[in-house]
Amino acid sequence: MIPILGLAVGVVLGLLLDPSVPVWLQPYLPIAVVAALDAVFGGIRARFDGIFDAKVFVVSFVSNVVVAALIVFLGDQLGVGAQLSTAVVVVLGIRIFGNAAAIRRHLFRA
Amino acid sequence: MDDDAPAEGTTAGPADQPSLWHRLRHRRRDRLAAALIGVLTLLLGFAFAVQVRSNDTDTTYSGAREEDLVRILDDVNAREDRLREQIAEQRTALGQLSDTDSQAAAALAEAQQRATELGILNGSIAAQGPGLRMTIEDPGGELSPANLLNAIQELRGAGAETMQVDDVRIGVSSAVTGSAGALQIDGQDVAAPYVVVVIGDPQVLATAMDIPGGVSATVRQRGGDVSIVQSEEVVVDALRPLDQPQYADPTD
Repeated sequence: MIPILGLAVGVVLGLLLDPSVPVWLQPYLPIAVVAALDAVFGGIRARFDGIFDAKVFVVSFVSNVVVAALIVFLGDQLGVGAQLSTAVVVVLGIRIFGNAAAIRRHLFRA
Repeated sequence: MDDDAPAEGTTAGPADQPSLWHRLRHRRRDRLAAALIGVLTLLLGFAFAVQVRSNDTDTTYSGAREEDLVRILDDVNAREDRLREQIAEQRTALGQLSDTDSQAAAALAEAQQRATELGILNGSIAAQGPGLRMTIEDPGGELSPANLLNAIQELRGAGAETMQVDDVRIGVSSAVTGSAGALQIDGQDVAAPYVVVVIGDPQVLATAMDIPGGVSATVRQRGGDVSIVQSEEVVVDALRPLDQPQYADPTD
């Protein structure tokens, strides 16, 4: 309940406040969002599996975001930022798909 | 990223030792975790919305890499140079055009001025100005074409700029024909009294008419009479068609 509430309130706040993304954050924000989404899907799956743990969720959420941003930052420094962010998005996308498949199996038994 | 996020985390497992202390710690931890989760998801939603928004408003360049941006900037710079050149060219063309335009306008004004002057001289434009109105009475029909022509010539000699006789405009090629009592000017009948309207210096014109042996004297000698009214404003509004030269062409 809390996560859904948090998401909804966050979206509403973001839409209402409509802040402009600072320039230094612009390359990292989308990656961070995707990484956080991965963590959220992982958390939902763990919940369905009955093995959800708040600590693990919080740590994985934060570390996901930080690591993803770090990879993109490193890529930018090395001059392969575009490729590395694509790589990160692909990997996270695959994980999200996997988690979504697990959730689907739990929900629809198929 | 930790691959075992979904698989891990069974620490909240069966509470087999329900010691009070343990439970309290657990509850505190749960609260903290719930708060953290709430904050994190709230942040996620916020960032998600903001990112979607900023992507909406500015899709073209915000996501572009440095090398792409440099290339785009180069393109834009080259374009700017080209456009600046075009502006300079257009400016020059505009300057030339407005130059020729003003020259043409001046030439046109001059040409119109000349056309007006020539029209007045030629009799194709009505004219007004100081002058005199001279009425030549000829009850006996004694005035010959030569007498009238003489009067016209005298007026011209006295500086008349344009004139009309009985609503016939006198031009450079006007001819007085016919016989005494049935005079014609340019083929049109004119009848006594002949009303001559002249534009010129009224004083000089009147004087020229009244000199001994002049027009007035000649007319009176033939039984007629001449009355002259000087005026600051007479109107010569009879027109004569423009003479179209049939053989003469202008030389360059």
